[in-house]
Amino acid sequence: MAAVAGALDLVRYFGRWGRRPAQHVLGNAGRFTYLLVDLLRGLAEWRVYIPRTLEQATHIGYGSLFIVLLVAGFAGAVTSLQTGYQFTGTLPLYYAGAVISESMILELGPVLTALILAGRIGARYAAELGTMRVTEQIDALESLGRSPITHLLLPRVIAGILVIPALTMFANATGIVVGYLTAKGSLGLTYADFEYGARYFFRPLDLWYSLIKSYCFAGAVTLIPCYIGYHTQQGAEGVGRATTTAVVSASVSILLLDAVITKLLLGVK
Amino acid sequence: MIQLLNISKRFLDNVVLDGVSLDVQDGETVALLGPSGVGKSVTLKTINGLLKPDSGDVIVDGLHVPKLKRAELQQLRSRVGYVFQYGALFDSDTVAENIRLGITDEDQHRDEAYCRERVKECLLLVNLAPDVADKYPAELSGGMKKRVGIARAIAGKPKYLLYDEPTSGLDPVNADVIDGLVERLRDELGVTSVVVSHDVRGSFRVADRVALLWQAKIRAVGTAEQILASRDAAVQQFLERDLEMSLIQSEGQEKHGA
Repeated sequence: MAAVAGALDLVRYFGRWGRRPAQHVLGNAGRFTYLLVDLLRGLAEWRVYIPRTLEQATHIGYGSLFIVLLVAGFAGAVTSLQTGYQFTGTLPLYYAGAVISESMILELGPVLTALILAGRIGARYAAELGTMRVTEQIDALESLGRSPITHLLLPRVIAGILVIPALTMFANATGIVVGYLTAKGSLGLTYADFEYGARYFFRPLDLWYSLIKSYCFAGAVTLIPCYIGYHTQQGAEGVGRATTTAVVSASVSILLLDAVITKLLLGVK
Repeated sequence: MIQLLNISKRFLDNVVLDGVSLDVQDGETVALLGPSGVGKSVTLKTINGLLKPDSGDVIVDGLHVPKLKRAELQQLRSRVGYVFQYGALFDSDTVAENIRLGITDEDQHRDEAYCRERVKECLLLVNLAPDVADKYPAELSGGMKKRVGIARAIAGKPKYLLYDEPTSGLDPVNADVIDGLVERLRDELGVTSVVVSHDVRGSFRVADRVALLWQAKIRAVGTAEQILASRDAAVQQFLERDLEMSLIQSEGQEKHGA
């Protein structure tokens, strides 16, 4: 009897301990699902969100281009230098072309671009929407009979989904070009060798894979910060917390999605 | 007509409203008075469906607000103007764009010429010059922001107007200007209004009837005279404290003026 009572106490203890986090997770999952449904419903009101989407796309596209290309360029250069360090004398030089282009297309381009944009766009979205929430601007929009989903969230999400894959493709190209130039300077790799290596290992699926990844990451970079910003509470402190949470959650989601998509699309059977 | 029927609302363990009932007749202005944090704004937000009461019913224009579907609620809100405590202006939009968002009829909203004219009209109604239209909220004073908030609320020609602390945070002169504006809009537009405030003097000036919200319940309802004549200890305590504050403010003003 004592053992049963002890076990029940333990269940009760862990039940209490686990209830709040479980409620928190379930509550967020439910609200996030409702938000997705609302976003899909809002798609019919294209007159409202299309002009705002173009505005947002211009903001995040032009604004992020420089930093995305800069990081991609450095990633290409460092990959090239490390390839030289590891492979010189052991593998033919044209392998460098394959390593640089495949690393950029499969991993570095999409992931680095998404992580940068999680910081840049994610923080912006969460802070903007959070401030609008705590200063009652979102309530004001609702009180005017207008939907915050179509006025505020849909333009941001669609703009991100349009712009982020495009930025990823630019990042891929920049990384490969800078990687080649670095390899040419440090390893003496010719263009013919580089092209041979890059073409030898390239499969059309690689580009599709890069694109699919960037669309999924775009979802994480836009939806998560929008959700967190939209549900901000408790004034300036709440906005700060929402911004940090948005960037961290979006970044972790990108890494998780990266692993899942890689396993699903490229996983060894 | 607006009817609050026995509404209750709690946030976690904090009971904000406990069986609040109130009627506002068509064309009438009712001031909802009470100390800070007593649930006045929550009451106002249940009227246009921004918050759902835990129990009880809210009937506006014959519609049961808590039971309305999203589209019906949006339609109702187009007939209910809401003036927020701090203006809640969209800070990335100009004053004109803010007011234009208040034009709730979609056909009118798309008509550029109508919108330009309506923005001008609304600015004039709240005693603001037309050149304010091109400014951003950050370039306006507190009193101007409140007036733009009112202009946005009336842009859609609403039948009901809900004011959330329209004079809070303003100096007595500007508060008087806003009170005058509330009175004028009531007379000129004939709207039914609910004014949430903790300013007794201003509420007595603008409202046909006053309701005192005290400890999550309506403690007293009546005309200014009836409220002033009330023997209820809570009513007396609230009135004395607030009228004292008004006295201190007016004395301070006289000193500065001298």
